[in-house]
Amino acid sequence: MKFTFSWLCDHLDTNKSLNEICDVLPMLGLEVEDLYNPLDALAQFRIVEIVEANQHPDADRLRVCRVSTGEGELQIVCGAENARAGLRTVLAPVGTHVPGLGTVIKQGKIRGQTSEGMLCSVSELGIGEDHEGIIELPFDAPVGTGFTGFAQTEYAGLVDPVIEIAITPNRGDCLGVRGIARDLAAAGCGTLKDIDFSAEDGEFTSSLTWHIDEEVSSLVPLISGRLFEGVSNGSSPAWMAQRLTAVGQRPISALVDITNYVMIDLGRPLHAYDADKVSGQKLTVRLAQEGEQVLALNEKTYHCSSDMLVISDADGPDDLAGIMGGERTGVSDTTTRMFLEIAIFNATNVATTGRKLNIHSDARYRFERGLDATSPVQMAGYVARLVQSVCGGRFSQLIVNGTADVRPKMVTFPPARTKALTGIDCPDDRQEKILTDLGFSIDKRQPESWQVAVPLWRNDIDGPADLVEEVIRIHGYDNLEMTALPRDHYIARPAFSSLQLRPVLVRRLLASRGLTEAVTFSFLRPEEAQMFGGGKEALGLANPISTELSMMRPSLLPNLLSAAGRNLNRAESDIRLFEVGPVFLDPSETGQRTAIGGVRVGATHRKDWQDAGRAADLFDAKSDLLAVLDCLGVRTQNLMVSTEVPDWMHPGRSGQFMLGKTMLGCFGELHPQICVDYDLPAGAVGFELWLDNIPLPRHKGPAKPLLKLSPLQPVTRDFAFIVDETVPAQSLIDAIRRASRDVVTDISVFDVYQGKGIEDGRKSVALTVTLQPKDATFSESDLIVLSDQITATVGKNCGGVLRGA
Amino acid sequence: MTDTGPLKAELIAAIAATETLEQLEAVRLNALGKKGLISTQLKALGGLAPDERRQAGQALNVVKEEIGVALAERQAVLKRAELADKLASETIDVSLPARATTNGRTHPLSRTIEEISAIFSDMGFSIAEGPDIETDFYNFTALNIPPEHPARQEHDTFYLNPDKTGTRPVLRTHTSPVQIRTMLNTPPPIRIIVPGRTYRSDHDATHSPMFHQCEGLVIGEGIHMGHLKGCLIDFCRAFFGVKDLPVRFRPSFFPFTEPSAEVDIGCRRVDGGLEIGAGDDWLEILGSGMVNPKVLENCGLNSDEVQGFAFGMGVERLAMLKYGIPDLRTFYESDLRWLKHYGFMPVDVPGLHTGLGTGGA
Repeated sequence: MKFTFSWLCDHLDTNKSLNEICDVLPMLGLEVEDLYNPLDALAQFRIVEIVEANQHPDADRLRVCRVSTGEGELQIVCGAENARAGLRTVLAPVGTHVPGLGTVIKQGKIRGQTSEGMLCSVSELGIGEDHEGIIELPFDAPVGTGFTGFAQTEYAGLVDPVIEIAITPNRGDCLGVRGIARDLAAAGCGTLKDIDFSAEDGEFTSSLTWHIDEEVSSLVPLISGRLFEGVSNGSSPAWMAQRLTAVGQRPISALVDITNYVMIDLGRPLHAYDADKVSGQKLTVRLAQEGEQVLALNEKTYHCSSDMLVISDADGPDDLAGIMGGERTGVSDTTTRMFLEIAIFNATNVATTGRKLNIHSDARYRFERGLDATSPVQMAGYVARLVQSVCGGRFSQLIVNGTADVRPKMVTFPPARTKALTGIDCPDDRQEKILTDLGFSIDKRQPESWQVAVPLWRNDIDGPADLVEEVIRIHGYDNLEMTALPRDHYIARPAFSSLQLRPVLVRRLLASRGLTEAVTFSFLRPEEAQMFGGGKEALGLANPISTELSMMRPSLLPNLLSAAGRNLNRAESDIRLFEVGPVFLDPSETGQRTAIGGVRVGATHRKDWQDAGRAADLFDAKSDLLAVLDCLGVRTQNLMVSTEVPDWMHPGRSGQFMLGKTMLGCFGELHPQICVDYDLPAGAVGFELWLDNIPLPRHKGPAKPLLKLSPLQPVTRDFAFIVDETVPAQSLIDAIRRASRDVVTDISVFDVYQGKGIEDGRKSVALTVTLQPKDATFSESDLIVLSDQITATVGKNCGGVLRGA
Repeated sequence: MTDTGPLKAELIAAIAATETLEQLEAVRLNALGKKGLISTQLKALGGLAPDERRQAGQALNVVKEEIGVALAERQAVLKRAELADKLASETIDVSLPARATTNGRTHPLSRTIEEISAIFSDMGFSIAEGPDIETDFYNFTALNIPPEHPARQEHDTFYLNPDKTGTRPVLRTHTSPVQIRTMLNTPPPIRIIVPGRTYRSDHDATHSPMFHQCEGLVIGEGIHMGHLKGCLIDFCRAFFGVKDLPVRFRPSFFPFTEPSAEVDIGCRRVDGGLEIGAGDDWLEILGSGMVNPKVLENCGLNSDEVQGFAFGMGVERLAMLKYGIPDLRTFYESDLRWLKHYGFMPVDVPGLHTGLGTGGA
């Protein structure tokens, strides 16, 4: 919402300065988005008199002027034809930024003649279009003074400061200058001036009438019309055109400008028909027929659907009610008979139609935020006088359909509510004054519980909390007392539950393992989703920004792989990324999972002079996954690894940890085709798990189980078994543990060998087994028995034989 | 009587002349060895008269001791020299790079959310969560945003494809639906914050189709707007670590709060940069207000009996202001150079006792 300072002062009798007003506005909820004061750019310009103007010796079109600045004389070369001795005009001294040119004036020579400044035209001053010659000031303009003081009085309409404020959706009433003035007056910035809203009888009966279709009567509670005859639709007066120009509305013709002016002045959209172009004797407000077309004033044709309100004459619809008028019946320069519509249309209908047709008009903006329900009648007289004063002619009696007898909304308001809701102690009489100034009327017969009538222009008010806001908004939010929240617990309790703490811990864990946390979008390309087991129609966006962001992701891996690819292209050699975030199985409330995923691409670390490094492999990913599971309290020792893996993993180089039927996480090399698709080198590895699948550890409380330390020395024994190459190492470990569960405390694989000395199809697996005696140190014979047990079980369960046996 | 002077002088000279420990050992053997000069002379004493023998013996023993001392001193010198030679040959170029480490970083967004959580936990808040895919009811209707209300149009909502019944789920446009979920499921008093992902159909330099918000909700007896002000001023000052940070509350509009307030913090613009603190300018930082009675009623709460406040802040914006991150879009680009620069060491854990990245006490 843009308006000028003088325009505001039409409604507000104030002695506040522009800056004071602009400081108050945001504290009323009217955020100042921009303030443009043309005078700011003119501070350095001076009023001067040309003492002498001589022909430039070397240029036909130039004059060399001697100019009196009041303090002395300057020589200035000027190209204007009207530069003549005795003329008072405006000088841009050296160093001045000239708004109309966008340049700073420098001292220099023009065709050999020194020029110490520039004499300016209206357009160079940035206050008008005129660039024919330099500005001609009256002969008594005060030479030697700054131009701004003079401009403020003599060119007020051209240097009027422009204020732009952001209007929140509830404040439809402030889409008119008058509404803003009313708020400022209530806030003590002056007095709201009276406007003569008295009715006009009119001299004759309008030949055009309204017809409201029965089925839309509830959508058009009130509409008025008035016929103007003998009007001349020339240019609007300068003051009106200047204000409209200042707020960004292009002046078109007096009648059009008046409708725009009243819309900004009073927030009241109007529509003017050329009565001679209306076919028939009536204008009908009705629902459009499916497919009916309206060529609107913006020269676009709109196809209507049957829920849209239109206004139609005998030839069909030519107005999108409350949104935009039609080209066919619009006014033109030759219009002499004009029919003026002032209407109330249902806000939701206007909003829906506007959204469907994608029209953002000033009228729609105001209609959908709600208007004063009586305005078609209440403002009719004022508007008629304005039209007559600008365009002459005479006007008819007012044609009204619907009723202007609208009861104001009543709100029961206990004034004590203000203190209860805000803590501010605002006396009752102050509250009453504020509400009254804003146009509310109050019945105080019950002093504890006022009956407050809401002014018709405030469609946003419907409960006591709204009135509390009105009161403290004007009283001042600065009066809110900073109050500490009462402490329920002297020492704060943790904000995170044990479940919520898990992602926090996992982030730190993975970062400490050398992975860097990424945050990527929750959506991706549908093809990617499909590659990772997702891509259901139900998880697709109906209105995506682009196809790259059109499907909710089923996995964290695709975005991490894309990110890896981008980093690779930036010559990163060792990429380690992880993310903790949502993935989506279906659109239901239970279809979202918190996933943890990571990828490693390239070397395990940057190669250096001692260590050429190695490519990250699936065991790095497995280690990442195990570390996460360990961090989450999963007893990783007993986990079963399954080689049933999802399609996007390498079928022979990846695995999944299962806990019963629950998948705890998968790890390994990405499928080679995935690496190709993401433009990554083969062998990229990753892992992913769903946090929701990981059970919380069972133990309660902070105490850990008692630690029992044996005084007896543990013993390690190495074994090398030859087994079939298809036998998983895990089965050897399981067998050894099973053989002597009570004394085996650790098993590690330290070598796997295939090749010379081992027959084809077999492999040697070497393990170190740590044995912990319980009651007494192992004797040599104890150890022989244990070794035999281990060898026998491995033989039985895995078909393994001791190497060299 | 034998003059030991020449012998001593000869041996001392020989010791002084040695340059290696091997040479020194040879001198020692020549002097003190079983067949050495001194031993030989001592043995020869047997032929002398007892008095002479005693005198000569004493003299020789003195020489023997002196030579022993000289040998030890020379040995120490030579050993030092030898070590010095050895060290001279052992030099390694210590300017060579250290062994590689693989440091990871946490993202500034998760860091910022932790900082926010730390502050609000001290004020008795706990964390609440809700789904990213929401229903129209939770995201709009229950929050007093009717279908054709202009406020809804301002949300630039992403919709998912309609289900069989024609209903379109929405990607939540704010974290506010979790207010509704919490009020429907938890009796007051309530103090929650809701950090999470949010989505709006907008993509330019200052808007991302996905971003993060942190909602707050306090419902309880006697909670009024002064508490809202106290709570948010405490938050802003703790978060930015500026003790006397000016904080301004100004009227605004949100359908789900009434009265509503926009919260600004003081700042000044210096050489194109922005400094948080007392200054001549204000920076909008979060929206807030008293929970609209209609929202309370939508959640089955009696608005005559309970009241409270709610607020919402943009996590990216807070992170950008605090950590001087200039561009919103870079948060989601996963550029390792950016992440290493703006990310945080995993051991750097924010907390009220350890600080919130604003320096110590």
